[in-house]
Amino acid sequence: MIVKKRTIISFHVLSILAVFIICLPVLLAIIISSQTEVQVLSNPPKLTFSNNWVSNYSTAWDRIDLGRMMFNSGFIAIMVTVGKIIMSLLAAFAFTHFNFKGKNILFFIIIVTLLLPVPVRIVALFDVVRGFDWINTYAGLIVPFWASATGTFLFIQRFKTIPSELIDASKIDGCKPMQYFFRVLLPLTKNTIGALVVIEFIYIWNQYLWPLMATNTDNMRVVQIGIKMLMNAESSNNWGVIMAGVIITIIPPLVVFFLLQESFMRGFALQSEK
Amino acid sequence: MKQSVFPSKILPYILLLPTFIILVIFLFYPAFETFRLSFYKVNPYTNATKFAGLYNFKKVLFNPDYGHSFGISILFSLFVVILGIVVSLALAALLNQNFKGAKIYRTLMIWPYALSPAIAGALFNFLFNPANGIICFFSNNYTWLTNGSSAFVVIAIAATWKNLGYNVVFYLTALRNVPSDSLEAAAIDGAGPFKRFFKITLAFVSPTTFFLFVMNTTYAYFASFGLIDVLTEGGPVDSTNILIYQLYKDFFVNSRIGYAAAESLVLFCIVVLITVVQFRTTGKKVHYQ
Repeated sequence: MIVKKRTIISFHVLSILAVFIICLPVLLAIIISSQTEVQVLSNPPKLTFSNNWVSNYSTAWDRIDLGRMMFNSGFIAIMVTVGKIIMSLLAAFAFTHFNFKGKNILFFIIIVTLLLPVPVRIVALFDVVRGFDWINTYAGLIVPFWASATGTFLFIQRFKTIPSELIDASKIDGCKPMQYFFRVLLPLTKNTIGALVVIEFIYIWNQYLWPLMATNTDNMRVVQIGIKMLMNAESSNNWGVIMAGVIITIIPPLVVFFLLQESFMRGFALQSEK
Repeated sequence: MKQSVFPSKILPYILLLPTFIILVIFLFYPAFETFRLSFYKVNPYTNATKFAGLYNFKKVLFNPDYGHSFGISILFSLFVVILGIVVSLALAALLNQNFKGAKIYRTLMIWPYALSPAIAGALFNFLFNPANGIICFFSNNYTWLTNGSSAFVVIAIAATWKNLGYNVVFYLTALRNVPSDSLEAAAIDGAGPFKRFFKITLAFVSPTTFFLFVMNTTYAYFASFGLIDVLTEGGPVDSTNILIYQLYKDFFVNSRIGYAAAESLVLFCIVVLITVVQFRTTGKKVHYQ
């Protein structure tokens, strides 16, 4: 099909417009994070870069011990992601490569968990975690999130697209199930793992309600709570410092997103192929 | 197609054990226990419980503030779902066109997916703050966040903005799977691009639309907690006080444990209802490839 030049130009105009509107909040945040308090409060607003970067970013970093919070959020996000991926890989392997009693019921039980997001069980979950003495610990922020229906489904979908002949061939070669899992299945699952790393890392890094309840000491707080603490600490509406804090905390999830973007898109694509 | 299997009888249970240990301790037991507590009065200091029948539910459902919060949540989710789905489908349709640079535009449009609701809250707080918010300046110094209905619009737009990337990713995948021969046949029959889009493409992406309907609804009901806490704290005068924020306040700030458990159960019923509706409509009307 031949597309007219004018149509192509209108595609570009529309795309640039959409990109501009979508990026605008963060773009303005970056600009403001370079300005002094006086410049921030100027009327009309100053919409160009200034040179107060170092002061704003170091103030944001020191005011609320952002370094510690970045470490906490990163450590928790990595531990949850790794644990979740291992557990859902094993579960998906069990469901797709074995026949066993109660398979359908166990699968149904995993589906049901989709109906139980944290807010639905938060009252008693808080009691359970307090019972383990896990308030203000990494365990309390990590372990409850290890099981995942999403991960299990994603891997089941992927495993189902892998041809049966591979299993038959490995059985003839005398390959044990776990050998097959590590040598054949895992290397074929890279994209799905990549997609899940993006989904889970971002999900945990961005969590708010549970860390707010499960921690109350400054040294166990995570960055999402830190942003609100920073806003309260900078009561004079020193937005340059607050926006500097915002920019710092969005860097890790954005890095993960950009690095694994291709796997992320492909992992999703596979999921929707019937 | 039947997949070949390994003969082992015990191994699958061992593989499933870690998942089920976590599920039982941190999902099913707390869910069951929350369900149970909703029928009890709980003393916040001693944790002593006393059976109270439907007392908590009566208090929740006959509380006018709760009804108000319920209405706001429904309105909020409808806003986020409808605006989110329409805009992201339009963006995905644009990105799905064959032109140079579409891939770069794609990246630049979906990256807010990586941001959190709390960050969206901080950004929109900065854009709309009464002292020097840039949007306030460009709207005749109108203070958006001090008026109930405009504050509601701000949280709804912030929530939609943050979730656009997620929606676009799913629509892009769905659009790619629309069979091109159906579209070409319609083009030969003389259907213009808009007619083709509304008659054919829309039908083929409808499973994704329903999926996104559910995901965006649960997002609006639950994940927007951080957004509200950073942007408005439920105010002004409860105008952005959605159910999850009320639940948090009742449980964590006011220590009304049985009452909060009853609120959780109401939320659970909403999730189940949405899911059932989604399954039923998907089963009947939606076009599958």
